[in-house]
Amino acid sequence: MFETKAGVLLIGGLGFFGFAFLSNAVVPILMYKDLPEQTAEQVVNDRVLYQFHNLKERYPDQFDKYFALESVRDELAGYDANGDGRLSGEELPRQHASLLPLADADGDQHLAGDELERAASIVRCAQALRLGRQVYIGEGCWHCHSQFVRPVSNESKRWGEVSRTWEYQNELQRPVMFGTRRVGPDLSREGGRRGNDWHTVHFFQPQVVSPNSPMPPYPWLFDAGQDGVKTPDLPNQRGLALITYIQWLGSWLDSYPYYEELQDLEAEAY
Amino acid sequence: MSAAETRSEEITPPQDLVDTRLVLWYFVAACVFLLISMLGGILMALQLVHWNPLAGLELFSPGRWRMIHTNAVAYGFLANAFLGALHWAVPRLTMHRVASQALSYFIFLAWQAIVLLTAAGVVLGPSFQDQAWVAEASRNLGISMSLGAQGLEWGETPFWIDPVALLGLLLVAVNFMVPIAKAKGPLYVTLWYFMAAFVWTFLTYAMGNLLPEYTVAGTSAGAIGGLFIHDLVGLFVTPLGWGLMYYFVPIMLQRPIWSHGLSLVGFWGLAFFYPLQGIHHFLYTPIPMFLQHGAIISTIAVELVVTTVVINFFGTLWGQGRAFVDNLPIRWFYTGMIYYFLTCLQCSMQVTLTFQKLIHFTDWVVGHAHLVMFGVFSMWLFGVMTYLIPRLLNRPWYSHKLCEWHFWLSAAGVLVMASDLILAGVFQGYFWAALQPWDVSVVASQPFWITRVFAGLAMFGGFLCFLYNFWMTWSARSHV
Repeated sequence: MFETKAGVLLIGGLGFFGFAFLSNAVVPILMYKDLPEQTAEQVVNDRVLYQFHNLKERYPDQFDKYFALESVRDELAGYDANGDGRLSGEELPRQHASLLPLADADGDQHLAGDELERAASIVRCAQALRLGRQVYIGEGCWHCHSQFVRPVSNESKRWGEVSRTWEYQNELQRPVMFGTRRVGPDLSREGGRRGNDWHTVHFFQPQVVSPNSPMPPYPWLFDAGQDGVKTPDLPNQRGLALITYIQWLGSWLDSYPYYEELQDLEAEAY
Repeated sequence: MSAAETRSEEITPPQDLVDTRLVLWYFVAACVFLLISMLGGILMALQLVHWNPLAGLELFSPGRWRMIHTNAVAYGFLANAFLGALHWAVPRLTMHRVASQALSYFIFLAWQAIVLLTAAGVVLGPSFQDQAWVAEASRNLGISMSLGAQGLEWGETPFWIDPVALLGLLLVAVNFMVPIAKAKGPLYVTLWYFMAAFVWTFLTYAMGNLLPEYTVAGTSAGAIGGLFIHDLVGLFVTPLGWGLMYYFVPIMLQRPIWSHGLSLVGFWGLAFFYPLQGIHHFLYTPIPMFLQHGAIISTIAVELVVTTVVINFFGTLWGQGRAFVDNLPIRWFYTGMIYYFLTCLQCSMQVTLTFQKLIHFTDWVVGHAHLVMFGVFSMWLFGVMTYLIPRLLNRPWYSHKLCEWHFWLSAAGVLVMASDLILAGVFQGYFWAALQPWDVSVVASQPFWITRVFAGLAMFGGFLCFLYNFWMTWSARSHV
């Protein structure tokens, strides 16, 4: 049996592999099967929307060029079949159906006025998150930045709350971005730590704001101005999307420490 | 070798048993991709020490080329060199030709296309990610359209290549399983490893490239990702590597493997314990703790199995230790085995939760990875090439001295690189745990990263010696 073709192929090849797959992959899948996987729209929250709108204020031309909110709002308003000025669940097309519970602030099962604005923002923000995640993966960010806080080595002191499963149960963690190496800091609690202007400068030339950083510059996340020269004032679609994605990371938590001040905190403690 | 020898008395081997031209082609392809991969590694190493001469050029972004570095090693160098060696070893072991010569050449061309398209996707894909048609197609198809890399290490192969690569792996299995199926009597150890590797490689590739992208998210995707990363080394590279060792070492030493019983322990121990370890890549994540403990225990268990295999091979060498000095391929193989034992010993310690607290996410892991992939498997394949190329070209090496340079620069370079990065990892881990500002760990890493650049250049220099030697040997033949 141990030296026959059937033994090697069926027991060694298929059998042991299958046993490992059942015990190590199917078990966690079954354990988390009741934890629903959220869509990009569902994980948009007020904090990331604040940063998203802040991008619009800071870089209005660039933002409107790539993520115009008005066109989506007008598109949504156009679905108002019965012309009563508000959208019901039936009127919303299928790809936007999830917006109703997300944007319906007054709970009347209809979207109108400000709720329509919010729905448009959610659509655009989710679009930015999806693209931002693609950029994050495509540029290899995840090879130098992790996205999980471990319960050891004082990590929760530096970054904040230890990572838990529900944080990863969404379409933007397909595959999960745990990461393999920290050349730069963990990013799972990075959202809101720094302003959007810091991020644009940092992506354009990291050493300007972080002198010792070995991170390469990413000028291709920016457009060129009228003089043909790229500037950090003109983040392009990929740039805006990546910043939105970074500002989203951790935005689902209420607070985490500002680790640059840890030295001061430690000094106080002693 | 007894099984193959007895068989050779019964059957007269067919003419053109081995397609030597194809073996040679595979080795050439392997060398081209290793050259590209090493250049990518050097670029990333230079970036870390602020010496990147190509900074700011989108198509030479170190982030993208780091993925070329790892993928070109796994699928360009290792896979091609293994396929070349398989085309030599399998027909000679079974006394039957591979299923089809036409299929062999088709697989050769298809595999090069797969690797090149992966590289093109990884380098060019992200530049087109913001096109409107991508978002459109993504919405219509209901999948995330990453034109460039996918977010799983070694699974970066863009999604549109995955089905083609799977088909290629299936054809490889068919092509080699036909002669193995024809062989009668008990199978030699090498063929156990090869047969299992054909099954495992296909299953591993399918698991890692399809499930975490299309079926599950989050923690479950992490568990599968861990299995994939680990199985690619453990169930594709390792069995093919050991299979080749079981084939070449007894031939070169002209004596059978020391203990058949230990070979059985080695194979079945690997087959059982290796697939159970993947989750040890993600210790202290939200993956259930009992699964993490299981992965740790099976990792330590496999170290015991590895020890039996290494003992078996040193038992085979016993009494012929001089071969380690005189016989260059044997020196490649046994140096690789010493590194293999070291890296597995290291693994059985670093996998514990105690070590993980300190070294996870640090350069320790990078050092370990280089010791495994270069110090063991690449060195074995260099040994195989050093042994086979004169036989394929019917001519001795152009320069034995350059062969020696290749060995010493590679063996010393990877040892320096691994020790350097492992030590760097300890420093980084303590700086982080001590809550020093992040900058401190980056600045303190600089001397280690600079050392790494030069260790890498030594390994690269050794490989250039090999390439030049290969070229001169080959071109000398055409003048005869």
